[in-house]
Amino acid sequence: MGNGTPIGRVRGLGSAHSGSHHWLLQRFTAIGTLVPALWLVGSLVAMGDRSFKGVHAWASQPLSAILLGLLVLGSFWHARLGVQVMIEDYVHETANKFAAIMLLNLAAFAGAAFGLLCVVRLALGA
Amino acid sequence: MLVSILHRVSGNGLAFAGLAVLVWWLAALAGGEASYDAFVGHATAWYGRVVLVGLTWAFFNHLVSGVRHLVLDIGAGYELERNAFWSVLTPIAGVVLTVAFWAIVLLA
Repeated sequence: MGNGTPIGRVRGLGSAHSGSHHWLLQRFTAIGTLVPALWLVGSLVAMGDRSFKGVHAWASQPLSAILLGLLVLGSFWHARLGVQVMIEDYVHETANKFAAIMLLNLAAFAGAAFGLLCVVRLALGA
Repeated sequence: MLVSILHRVSGNGLAFAGLAVLVWWLAALAGGEASYDAFVGHATAWYGRVVLVGLTWAFFNHLVSGVRHLVLDIGAGYELERNAFWSVLTPIAGVVLTVAFWAIVLLA
């Protein structure tokens, strides 16, 4: 094991034991987003009344609220994992990479929290 | 290679623009009739239509090539001919589904 080049420092240490976790989560959240997203597209296509009243009544139903909530959770989670891969591919400077992934986490959690709040307000008839 | 690039482009397009529009739509709906009408005003304007058609294409393209990824992940579909067939079909299917969606929404 050398201590000069980056590859020399990690050679012989074995796997980091965390890469496959990200990879698996990417697949699980893909399917977790696929189901409510297809349901949303189907609902939008089938919806007869797309005025405020019609859409509001539809979104306030318990089943709609649950699936909209799952869509918000799944899509923000899946997007967070996917954008992380893009950042790791294109941002090589360590501090910039750290900052970019931190901003990504803040934006993903804030967006998901706001989206869930909107769904809850709709469901509880605010 | 094109399928892989399109998967990344459509995925990141959805992550940035798609999720912003999704949250905007939910917030406008939760905000009441006035805010929802303002959202619909932008969504049905020409620039809104351009963005929404782009996002639905990104959605269907990412969906179809994502399902292709899931199939490849379980170790199926690596035969040369079958792999080439689906890699040609996925971008076409993304466009066809986008056209079908808007045809139903606008004409039905």
